[in-house]
Amino acid sequence: MNEGTPAIIAEGLTKRFQSFTAVDRLDLRIDRGEIIGFIGPNGAGKSTTIRMLCGLLRPSAGRASVAGFDVEHEPESVREHIGYMSQKFSLYGDLTVRENLRFFGGIYRVPRQQFAERMRFAVAMAGLQGREDALVRTLAGGWKQRLALGCAILHRPPILFLDEPTSGVEPEARRRFWDLIHDLAAEGVTILVSTHYMDEAEYCNRIALIDRGRLVAMGTPGELRGHRLGGDLFEIACAPLGAAVQLLSGTPGVVEAAIFGDKLHVVLGAGGTSAADLPRLLTAHGIEARLPRPISPNLEDVFVQLVSGKQEERAAP
Amino acid sequence: MTAEVNDVAIRAQGLSKSFGAVQAVRAAEFTVSRGEIFGLVGPDGAGKTTIMRMLAGVLRPDAGGILVDGVDVGAEAERAKLRLSYMPQRFGLYEDLTVAENIFFYGELFSVPRKERLARSTELLDAAGMSPFRRRLAGQLSGGMKQKLGLVCALIHTPQVLLLDEPTTGVDPVSRRDFWAILYNLRESGVTILLSTAYMDEAERCSRLALLHGGQIRYCDTPARLKQAMPGALFAIASPTPRALRTAVAGQPGVLGVLLMGDRVHVRVDDPARRLPELRDLLAGLGVPDGAILATEPGIEDVFVALLGQEAPT
Repeated sequence: MNEGTPAIIAEGLTKRFQSFTAVDRLDLRIDRGEIIGFIGPNGAGKSTTIRMLCGLLRPSAGRASVAGFDVEHEPESVREHIGYMSQKFSLYGDLTVRENLRFFGGIYRVPRQQFAERMRFAVAMAGLQGREDALVRTLAGGWKQRLALGCAILHRPPILFLDEPTSGVEPEARRRFWDLIHDLAAEGVTILVSTHYMDEAEYCNRIALIDRGRLVAMGTPGELRGHRLGGDLFEIACAPLGAAVQLLSGTPGVVEAAIFGDKLHVVLGAGGTSAADLPRLLTAHGIEARLPRPISPNLEDVFVQLVSGKQEERAAP
Repeated sequence: MTAEVNDVAIRAQGLSKSFGAVQAVRAAEFTVSRGEIFGLVGPDGAGKTTIMRMLAGVLRPDAGGILVDGVDVGAEAERAKLRLSYMPQRFGLYEDLTVAENIFFYGELFSVPRKERLARSTELLDAAGMSPFRRRLAGQLSGGMKQKLGLVCALIHTPQVLLLDEPTTGVDPVSRRDFWAILYNLRESGVTILLSTAYMDEAERCSRLALLHGGQIRYCDTPARLKQAMPGALFAIASPTPRALRTAVAGQPGVLGVLLMGDRVHVRVDDPARRLPELRDLLAGLGVPDGAILATEPGIEDVFVALLGQEAPT
């Protein structure tokens, strides 16, 4: 792959399972060294897209190239140039740290003379020095996760696909993991990572929001936060919150009302209920309320706005 | 006294559990009032799941006692089970049964009379927005829907106390909001909820939190008071290069902690009056304007990291 070629290109990429379209005419252009956050509801097509880009699943239509290789016609070459880490980490619990690394080193055909150095690097990256002979199942989640990342990059792939790598991992360990991702990106590795944590999406250079197989929005976190919510966003402290949401959801002029931490986020459209009316309306229904204050939307507000409303159950393939 | 007993949904006293040489839970004590949403947070291996399993009566404590809704879980496990419901991380849904069949099965398991079962399941499915999917196989539901179905099954016998172990892990933000809306409605109908979570925004939604580390409850209070208990004061610094900023600030005198928060860096200092001018001087050299440094309220994640510090490998 020469310097100027995008690391990942998808054009009209589509995957159908019988009558169900999991990925629908997806276009992507991702440059070298970018960190792309892949976010969307469960069943939106994130994993299916990642599997197609890894050459593990044949597209039904459209095309994609990864590291300059066509995913449909050159899947072997694609796989030599990528690392892939799934949500389940895919480590062997009854093997030691060293044995897992050796196993993945074999799969990825790491040359024998380079293996010792690569393994040292992976162990150091995971913070597992001195624990090379520990059984993997005895490690806490954060360590397993960093080891899985170490295994996925033993062959120094220029492109990395991470499918919900931090699911269920506690905050401190997630931060350490993201530091590693940024270190890799700084070395020029391109990373596509799916996540349900909106705080993690903030750490990406660009975010691709996908819903029902379609790319709904793509841009930097700042660009996405600037997305119009269909009204102005206010934060209001009130109690009980559940009753407040029910009341406001049925109130004219309220575009969206949702619990956020111990407060409500309320989107007010033009011409309906005004922010100044909210406390009176709530207290009239026995709900304690403070004064609302205008806030700028965060990524979760934007996410919910872009995918809700049209959300109905979709079957996972 | 009577009033107090009636208000207490869960009481754990001196709860301890070891597995071999590992002390998973050490002398844990807490009381959860009726109608609370009580959160357990802490690093992996801190003892959250072990505590929850002991509360549910599926794991016997080595020492200590548990009252759930006034019933001693150790002495009267069967009676306690009627009052509580436990949804483990991997809730046992039958993927080759439909939504309705799964609910029916759990109704049978908890000996809910047939007539009541039907009415209750209709009500719960409506509340969860799942009525249109009653004939769908559980295996064909999305992650968020599966969790909602697990919750419906766990609620079929109208428990007073609900124990949820990381109920929203791997669930997208929209489905998590739906899930929490259901929890708030349950709470307002008097159900007490104890849950563990790895999402800090969810921790923020709890009425009280227990921060666990190494099998011990280190702190237990409302999110607001935990924030007040955080040592030092917090500044948020906006920067186009937050990582470089973090490196520059870390290790400076008086800096207790530095956290990356998207395009901002949270810097915790011992003495804000003294450190603000120092930070300004330091950051001016890096082209960060004074106005980019703002005093800010801590989030639960700041508190979590400040109070619990670094993790240990196992």
